[in-house]
Amino acid sequence: MENKILAYVDGRLKESERLEMEKHVAACGACQLRVNEFRAVASLLDEVPQIEPSAAFDVRVRARVAAEPVKQGWWAWFTPSPRVAFAASLLLLATVWIGSRPTDRTLTAADEAQINQDLPVLENFDVLSDFGALTDLPQPVQPDDTGDSNPDQNQNQQKNDSPNQTM
Amino acid sequence: MARSDVQLMLDVKAGDEQSFELLLQRYRTPLVNFLYRMVRAREEAEDLAQEVFLRVYRARKDYVPSAKFTTWLFRIATNLALNSVRDNRHQRMEVSLDAPVIIDAEDGDEKPLDIAEKHPNIEQYMIEEARKKMIRHAIDKLPEKQRAAVLLHKYQELDYGDIAKILECSESALKSLLFRAYETLRVELAPLVARHGK
Repeated sequence: MENKILAYVDGRLKESERLEMEKHVAACGACQLRVNEFRAVASLLDEVPQIEPSAAFDVRVRARVAAEPVKQGWWAWFTPSPRVAFAASLLLLATVWIGSRPTDRTLTAADEAQINQDLPVLENFDVLSDFGALTDLPQPVQPDDTGDSNPDQNQNQQKNDSPNQTM
Repeated sequence: MARSDVQLMLDVKAGDEQSFELLLQRYRTPLVNFLYRMVRAREEAEDLAQEVFLRVYRARKDYVPSAKFTTWLFRIATNLALNSVRDNRHQRMEVSLDAPVIIDAEDGDEKPLDIAEKHPNIEQYMIEEARKKMIRHAIDKLPEKQRAAVLLHKYQELDYGDIAKILECSESALKSLLFRAYETLRVELAPLVARHGK
């Protein structure tokens, strides 16, 4: 009977059960007291006020829903994203451009003659670039701005500056 | 004519985001209130309610209307709330013993001066507040499963069968659970119950 008291108080019993319960409650003081007390409890629970969700609540829900990744089917694996497609296009263009550039130039006879002429120098480039004696050479003489200097004097001066000069 | 919850959910499944918005508006207040009464912290209740809506949205593609939408919704909410209550039980006990009494939004969120200004009959106001606090305290003291049963039964007005599905128990077990909960409330609220009967 106790399991039916609450349903009776709520008015959730079937009609036949309700009539049966009413008869019982009328005859049973303990159950009548319990029914009254449960009604009082239910009434007291109604006094608890409701709260309103904060203004930010809806905004947060919408933001979280918007941040959800879009579910895609298995075929989505074969569909490149715009970024990947763009990067692949750039790579393809770069490959085509590099491939289209001339890889070898044909040399003319004059080019070959020039290379043959420069070849000994190039072969000894390391030696020449580090050749100490070259640093000992006299500094070139600056031409006189006045223009009235005697060329012979310059020549003599050069001889005097020469490291091979014998005094 | 308003679309049913199931129809709205099926529309969400078909890609109609506006239907989800309608479900949000329809259930935001009952859900936040249920969770608030379960976890007793407004911010946490809103976080959990957000999580419930998010889970509903995530499950839209697999949604099959095999049960009532509210049963499904409150089953998610109840599981989240029960987990949260169990996780925070020790922390909550420490807080309730050590923390000063804070008047929250439901209590009015008013300073004493505001109360005096807004409520000329301050004595009557204080009596009413004490009464509400006593009722809330009695609900809080219920074991979490009984509390969930009472809240779903009293405030969501769900059928016994739906509540039993939400709490994953038989209907007769639910009726026993509710009876025990009301017995506890009857004892806890005895002074108010006695006055109510007069």
